[in-house]
Amino acid sequence: MNDVIVEFKNLGFQYRAQASPTLYDINLKIRKGEKVLIAGPSGCGKSTMASLMNGLIPFSYKGKITGSMLIGGKESRDMSLFDISHVVGTVLQDSDAQFVGMTVAEDLAFALENDCVEQEQMKDRVHEVARILDLDKVLRHAPSELSGGQKQRVSVGGVMASDVSLFLFDEPLANLDPKTGKSAIELIDKLQKSTGAAVVIIEHRLEDVLHRHVDRVVLMSEGRIVSDTTPDELLSASTLSVCGVREPLYLTALKYSKVPVTAAMHPASLPDLVLSEDDKAKVRAFYTENKGKEKAALGQELLRVEDLSFTYEKTNKKTLNDISVSINKGEMVAIVGTNGAGKSTFSKVICGMEKEDCGRIIFNGQDFTALSIKERAEHVGYVMQNPNQMISKVMIFDEVAFGLRLRGVPEDEVRERVEKALKVCGLYKMRKWPISALSYGQKKRVTICSILVLEPELMILDEPTAGQDYRNYTRIMEFLKSLNAQGITIVMITHDMHLMLEYADRSIVFSDGRIIADKSCAQVLTDREIVDRASLKETSLYQLAGDCGILDGTGFVQSFIDYERKERDIHE
Amino acid sequence: MKRMFSVKTIVATGIGAALFFVLGRFVAIPSPVPNTNISIQYGLLAFIAGVFGPIAGALAGLIGHFFIDFSYGWGVWWSWVIASAVFGCFMGLVMFRLKIDEGEFGLKGIIIFNIGQVVAHLVAWVVVAPVLDILMYQEPANKVFLQGLTGAGINIVTTAVVGTLVCIAYSKAIPKKGSLTEED
Amino acid sequence: MNNLFNYIEKQSPIHGLTGATKLVCLLLWSFAAMTTYDTRLLLFLAVFSIILFPVGKIRVRDVSFMLWFTLVFLALNTVMVYVFSPRHGCDLYGSTTLLFGLSGHFAPTAEQLFYQFNYILKYFATIPFVLLFVCTTNPSEFAASLNKIGVSYSISYSVALALRYIPDIQKQYHEISQASQARGVELSKKASLISRLKSASAILIPLILSSMDRIDIISNAMELRCFGKNKKRTWYMAQKFKALDYISIIVCVLILAVSIALSFINGSRFYNPFH
Repeated sequence: MNDVIVEFKNLGFQYRAQASPTLYDINLKIRKGEKVLIAGPSGCGKSTMASLMNGLIPFSYKGKITGSMLIGGKESRDMSLFDISHVVGTVLQDSDAQFVGMTVAEDLAFALENDCVEQEQMKDRVHEVARILDLDKVLRHAPSELSGGQKQRVSVGGVMASDVSLFLFDEPLANLDPKTGKSAIELIDKLQKSTGAAVVIIEHRLEDVLHRHVDRVVLMSEGRIVSDTTPDELLSASTLSVCGVREPLYLTALKYSKVPVTAAMHPASLPDLVLSEDDKAKVRAFYTENKGKEKAALGQELLRVEDLSFTYEKTNKKTLNDISVSINKGEMVAIVGTNGAGKSTFSKVICGMEKEDCGRIIFNGQDFTALSIKERAEHVGYVMQNPNQMISKVMIFDEVAFGLRLRGVPEDEVRERVEKALKVCGLYKMRKWPISALSYGQKKRVTICSILVLEPELMILDEPTAGQDYRNYTRIMEFLKSLNAQGITIVMITHDMHLMLEYADRSIVFSDGRIIADKSCAQVLTDREIVDRASLKETSLYQLAGDCGILDGTGFVQSFIDYERKERDIHE
Repeated sequence: MKRMFSVKTIVATGIGAALFFVLGRFVAIPSPVPNTNISIQYGLLAFIAGVFGPIAGALAGLIGHFFIDFSYGWGVWWSWVIASAVFGCFMGLVMFRLKIDEGEFGLKGIIIFNIGQVVAHLVAWVVVAPVLDILMYQEPANKVFLQGLTGAGINIVTTAVVGTLVCIAYSKAIPKKGSLTEED
Repeated sequence: MNNLFNYIEKQSPIHGLTGATKLVCLLLWSFAAMTTYDTRLLLFLAVFSIILFPVGKIRVRDVSFMLWFTLVFLALNTVMVYVFSPRHGCDLYGSTTLLFGLSGHFAPTAEQLFYQFNYILKYFATIPFVLLFVCTTNPSEFAASLNKIGVSYSISYSVALALRYIPDIQKQYHEISQASQARGVELSKKASLISRLKSASAILIPLILSSMDRIDIISNAMELRCFGKNKKRTWYMAQKFKALDYISIIVCVLILAVSIALSFINGSRFYNPFH
């Protein structure tokens, strides 16, 4: 049985600082040439599984291991971290932290340098790997000159260079836009086929990973494996929704249409999906039933931008080019586009963090350009992607009060306003807690709360749900929706197509410093050209509509969105 | 640890030096004296030394300060670079017994930290830097001692505020097992 | 290209030297210039390093920004030396020659002017060389060079990591600072010193705490790729020594030898024309 690379035998694990175990009684074998997806919500233990496979447990994270774990047939606790890393190569989620070399070539060579490989040999190997991964033109580039996808390919290359027999990908899609994510999945597939190595992917975005064939899906929940089966079997069972992992969107549409999903239909892959004429008729019926309700009239104009341009000082690059757009009161809008398309710059210019070259910003009928960054913050709040970059106080109350105190608001008014904001955000009961006791999602809520307390009419959120599992995603978005219902206009910068479909009224698409589209999300996500330029992916719903003979794919997507929102409102 | 430095100490040294550089080179807080800026990097260095020990502290100060001099191109003032390293090392020794990384930094910690940093700054700027300046560059003694005293004074104030706040924030950010209760 | 320190990529004999050579030369040169106050040697060093600029194909405007800083710094220091110690030169050279018939504490003396001339010369003997080093040495090669001249590879890699992450940290600082300004944090002159420092901490705390997470992840990433496995490591960017490397080092060793020898011949580190 030497083709088993990793084997867990009745394995349990408890972190030293934690009161209860993170993993219970795990039994799992990964064989050579296999491709396995480990899925599950945050906190289910999937990252701990990854740390056990690559040796970070017990070498870096301490805790108590029960049972046994074999790597390449050897008991892992008798091996060194270095022995393990010659068998298991890890591509971490944070490709900026994994990129330790100053240039691409140096990073690809990093593991070889540590193994004292001679320079000549090292150079050959680096060039070979770079050729396979299409990095040979950027070998001398620094990480800041690379795109997210390229950085990830460098991480893969750095592992490839040392010939491992198992590739472990820890949330490979977390920091990528949909289009790049799609090519990452294709690359992993190619890598596995060409090297014959085993591949383990840890991810909660099922639909995106299933873009290419996967042999098995191991579903985890609360420290246990709840299912270990083929994707087809898994998707036709009901275990997914119980565990809080999102099923592919086209399957949700089938369920709404009351089409029963069985393993024989090959639900794991949309191109292979077999639908009977009866099933298709049901989908069409769903479409006609929910078709085209009139949209509610738009509110009053809140923000108007005219002919806005901005040039980035250091590079002399024009990152915004004649932007004109308008946002109405009470809207919930998504801003989408590739990295560097100008989305963040646009928000920063609105908030006064960067100074425009020319153009007009009118807020509530008032000229906004004359106001300082601090004054604008009382009208437009900006929430950064990572809450850890915004939190500077120890206690929740002080953090939320910070902005008011800096503005010299009297202390009793501070108390009153902070308490009000805390209540809105559902944090009132925790107001005396230190922030360190909160989860990531709760911290996000604190940062939103600390902006909200300044009572802005408009809030701009940068990737509000990045890196969150389905459950947290839903919590954050429902919270934003409730704020929106209370009259706050919300603008979200995002790559997340689910977020667009489910929560945004409209998408503004940026490309190369210009707005290339400003229309409904259903229209954007079904327009092949826009999807491509904005680095998105065509939604699978569109394809499903085509398969079922629905000509107006956009209309189908819209009716799906309307139906889903209606359902959600009923549940509340 | 079988080696003298763990990989974590090496990384902390590098990142500490990078932070020291960025704060020293690009972050300018206007001071009451016209045309001079206050440097806040010593608060950071005291913190890094306190968490990762005297070697990381000394090296982060050495590398960071070297890069600052280097990037200005005014020649490397070894006397001051070495003084930064001495400060980092000294703080590492002072803070070694305080366990900030286990979440302990109470009143006692604040007092030890501040007495330590005052002494360390005096040693670095009023003893090491001027003496080296005189030995290496033959500068007039009263000039270098006055420069040293001014530097020490400013650095003591900044470290007292910035360093103490950072240490408190860090020690509080380490999750401790305790009973948190919700209040109505 | 990592261009934090104004590295200018070109083909020249100086660019062709290995980083280790340049580093050794820089150290020898700085040490030589540091030891001596002999006017003749300082003049020679200043002229020699300026001659090296065209050899390294570096133009004045490439370094004008850094040069500007240096000159301001130099002017300030020169004035300060005079203000604090107008008779320092007399103590050093052991005589007092008053000039222009003036007298009093601040009256100029030939010794003081000569001392300050040497002081300025000392700058010119070292700074051009440092600038040249900055412009002609690829930062990527720096760490490999340190290791080559005997610094342990752990410390060398700390240096490499600092160079690698400075741009990232700078960007992060900028973002955090913008977000805090929107909340009302001000670093301007309006507030008192202590409140300005408190504001600075409000930016520093998130920066440092997220850097602590970064330290954890990076050290894991490095260990997973076998950093620290062996007593030695090889370097992708290391270069082989060529004839010119040896010649350069020998020249710099000679300069240092001359500098030390002069101290013995002169009987002190100063060249004294007043005796």
